[in-house]
This record gives sequence, C-alpha cells and structure tokens, in this order.
Amino acid sequence: MSTVTSVEKSVHASVWQGSKKLVRVRRAIALGWLHVAEARLRNMLKWWVAISVVGLGNPVLYLFSVGIGIGALVNANGGSGQLGGVSYLTFLAPALLSSAAVVAFQDETSFPVLEGFLWNKIFFAMNATPITGRSIVGGVLAAAFVRALFTVVLYEGVLLIFGAITTAVLVPMFFSAMFAGLAFGSGMLAAASFVKEDEGFFAVVGRFVVAPMMLFSGTFYPLESMPIYLQWVGWISPLWHATDLGRTLSYGHPQQLWVIISHWVYLALWVFVGIPIANRKIAKRLAA
Amino acid sequence: MTSLEDKNHMIVARGLTKAYGNFVAVDGIDFEVRKGEAFGLLGPNGAGKSTTMKMIASVSKRTGGQLTILGLDPDKSGPEIRAHLGVVPQLDNLDRELKVHENLYTYGRFFGLSRKFLKAKVEELLEFAQLTDKRESKTEELSGGMKRRLTIARGLVNEPEILMLDEPTTGLDPQARHILWDRLFRLKEQGVTLVITTHYMDEAEQLCDRLIVMDKGKIMAEGSPADLIKRFASKEVLEVRFGSSKNFEAAEMISHIGHRTEVLPDRILIYSENGEADLQAILAMGLEPITSLVRRSSLEDVFLRLTGRTLIE
Repeated sequence: MSTVTSVEKSVHASVWQGSKKLVRVRRAIALGWLHVAEARLRNMLKWWVAISVVGLGNPVLYLFSVGIGIGALVNANGGSGQLGGVSYLTFLAPALLSSAAVVAFQDETSFPVLEGFLWNKIFFAMNATPITGRSIVGGVLAAAFVRALFTVVLYEGVLLIFGAITTAVLVPMFFSAMFAGLAFGSGMLAAASFVKEDEGFFAVVGRFVVAPMMLFSGTFYPLESMPIYLQWVGWISPLWHATDLGRTLSYGHPQQLWVIISHWVYLALWVFVGIPIANRKIAKRLAA
Repeated sequence: MTSLEDKNHMIVARGLTKAYGNFVAVDGIDFEVRKGEAFGLLGPNGAGKSTTMKMIASVSKRTGGQLTILGLDPDKSGPEIRAHLGVVPQLDNLDRELKVHENLYTYGRFFGLSRKFLKAKVEELLEFAQLTDKRESKTEELSGGMKRRLTIARGLVNEPEILMLDEPTTGLDPQARHILWDRLFRLKEQGVTLVITTHYMDEAEQLCDRLIVMDKGKIMAEGSPADLIKRFASKEVLEVRFGSSKNFEAAEMISHIGHRTEVLPDRILIYSENGEADLQAILAMGLEPITSLVRRSSLEDVFLRLTGRTLIE
C-alpha cells in the first residue's frame, strides 16, 4: 500500500462520523457565554503587550504628573482642607481607579462589537453554532470584566507603591471601580450594538463621552466645587457615582446613607438597562 | 405531499416565505432535502438562495410557511438545530486575529466540545483542509482558497448532519475550485448531507444530486442536473457568431434549424439533437459564421430556457 493511499484512508475514516450525540446541546447553550468569553480572551491575549503597557503606564504617568505634581501644589496651598483632610493623592486614587476600569470596559465592549458585526463578522460565525445573541452579550461582558480586573489589580498595586491607598481598602475600592466599569460597559455595549458604520464612532465616544466624563465627574476636584449648572454632568456619569462611593469606602469621605444607596442603585440601573437593550439589538441584527 | 416528519428528510419546506417589508425575497417555495444527498440551489444573484440558506441555518426567521430541519422547527429550536449544522457562509468570517488552528479550536468550543476532543479534531481537520503546514500561520496571511478550505474545515468541527455551503467557490481560481470540489466529494461519500448554493452551473452539475432552480424568490424547476437538461434543453447546443450587428438577421434566416433558437447579444444558440449536422445545414445555406462551437447542453441552457436570462449577468 502506498503512503498516499494510507493517508487518504485515514482522512476518510476520521473527519466525519456523523455522531448525533457529539454536541451536548443543553450544556452548549447554557455555557455559551463562557465559550464566547474564552474566544474573546484568546483574541485579547494577542494584544497582551499593549494591554499591559497601558495598564501599568497609565497609573504611573497619572500618579507622577497629576497626583504628585499637581498634588504638591494643592497640598502646599491648604487644599487638604477642601478635600476632607486627606492628601490630594488619596483623594485622586478612587477616581483614577474607577476611570481605569471604565476605560478597560469601554475598549472591550466597543471594539469587539464592531469587529463582530462589521470587520470580521465573527458574531455571525458564532451565531451559526448554538451561540445566541444573549451568549454573545454575556461573553463580551465577561471578557471585559477579566480585562478590567487585570487593569484594576495592576492599578491598585501602583497606588499602594505610591502610598495613595492602604491594603485595608484594596477590596472595597476594587468593587466600586469594577462596578463603575460594568455599569459603563453595559451602556457602551448597548450603544455599540446600534453602530452600523465604524467611521467616527470611536472619535465621538472618546471626545464627547469619555473625556467630558473624566473632566466633569469630580475626578480631579470635588464635584461640589463646580458651578451648579455643570454638576449634572457628574450626576449622570457612572464615573462620579463610583468615585464618590470609592472615596467613602477608601478614606471615609462623609456621605449620607441615601446618597450611598443611590450610587449603587444608579450604577445597577446602567447594568439592568444596558444589558437587555444589547441583548435585544444584537439578537435582532444577527437574525436580519 | 411529503410529511414534515418524514425521517429520511433532513429538511422540509412548505410554502416557505421571507419578506422584508414589501420586498418578498423568498416567495412560498416547497422542497425537501433527503439524508445523504447533495442538494443545490441554483440561481442568479438576488434569486433568494442566500435568504433560503439563512432560514435553513436557523438564524433568520421565516415570515410565512412551514420549515422543519432534522424534524425541528427553527423558530422554536434554533440553537438545538444549529448544534447539528455546519455552515460555510458566502464570505469567510474567520477570526483574523487568531492563528489557523485557533480558529478551529475556538469554533469547536462554541459547540461546547471538550478541549481533549478538539485537540485531536483540529489536527484531523487541518489535514483534511491541507493546511497542516499552515497550522501556526495567522489567518489573514492565507490565500483565498486556503481561507475557504479553513472555513469549510471549521464547519465540520461538530461533525454536522448537514453541511451548508453558500457559494463555496466564488472568487477562487480553477485549481482551488477543483481542490474544494474534491474535499466536498469526500464528505458526500461519507454520508454528509450537503446543501449548496451556487450560480456556477458547472459546480451544480459536478456536486449536486438534485437541485432547484430559483429566480425572483420562486422555484422554476426541480430535479437532477441530467433530468433538468433532458426536460428543458436539447442534447447538444450549436453556438454560432456572425458579429453583433448581424446576429439577429442571421437568426431569422436559420430559425427553422434545430429545436429552438436563442439570440444573445454576442451569439446565437441553436438547441439541437445533432449540432454538427445543423452546422452543415447553415453552411449549405451559404452563411459563414465567424466562429462556431458544438457543445453538450448545460444547466446554463436550462436556466436560460426557464427565465430568459443568463446566470451570470
């Protein structure tokens, strides 16, 4: 028998067995989100250098330039009194941590949707399997969560080294930051699911959503020091709610109970409104 | 009429309709696909082939009629049906960020297949698609034919009952097309049910046991390629060219020759039982065509007869 013949035979014998029981359908449907997340993470790993550099570079640069640079000026001019008696670095830390989580979630909920529907059309490939629109939404968010988790943990490490936070507040600050990210990510995913052309989308989001949110959400100064007619930007921004929450959790920034509860409720609202919108819109686009 | 529950039928459509607003893309079509056969949907662009495929693939919902796939209703059991389908879309939607073998692996995971199973399966599929030496390549580095083979291999990862191929060889060079046809023949030999859309008549003749000819959302005819040619075309076709300005005039003069004459802008087709004899008859009339060709009738002729149009316009 020639080599070619034996190879041909092995190909014939092995590629298809027509096994009806190969796919455990219920399991595949139930864990669909996990399989989408796995694919997303595998894809993300191709960018691990960029993700790590941004994850580590951002906090280091921010803390040196704003935290220490501007902080020295604020602290020297009695700013601590306006900041609840803490250093500028301590005041800044929860805001920077939350915004890092927000940006990580933004990256991982906007690009993959455009990739899935427009660039690679990989969502359509997923939907040719037991994967549903709902699994895609769950998987994209879960993978974004992992990316944000990596970023936040890295950020907290740098904050610890800079002395901006103590180990006692690592866990509560982690939760407030991740919740901010999840809230914004859910909204971002819902918004991205409507995008039919990528031209201008990221510029609009970056310039008119993320940048103003960073600047007007009490990140670099207390929201109350803004004119009242601009404070609404902070009130609608998930970043301000998470930052205020983080400040209470980290250094005991005094806040009324109803405000604290409203922070949690408002962030949860973004999650519970954003996800169903994304579920519905993505399912509709897949079925078109 | 065939029962929707017939066990030998993998797919049964009755009055299947899909409308987008006022536009009816698929207009009440009836067909069934039997276990192990290669079933083709032949028609020009916009005939409703891809829309029909999307409904069979259980991703696009019908707006009318009945459809069962593997005995299930896709409106109610989409994911359950999709678990047993292999889908090769018209445009490759591979993950370009991932390597060749990773594309097969992640796709297998979407079916919930175990890592252990996939480890062996991926290697088998790479061999089947003749891509073993490209295992570690980035997907975007592959040629068009290689991407197509990878997409087909990906569609086989779940060992599907039905493999659906939408225009599998569009955009490929002749060599790549023949390699693909060979792979598809092998699958057919193993008993995989194939559903293929194409607007290439040679592809339909090569691959399909049975096909439907579609135009404007409707089925114009159904049967095996040989059967359709027998019913709607003659044994041979004589093609003669007199020059675009003289074709119509010449066609009038030779209209009594053959069964039927079809005048296209660049040539005249004469449907005939004996092309050579008819060519001699034309020459005997003192007419001298610039070129002449006698060939076997094809599905292209069937389509021309049924719709008055060519497949590739």
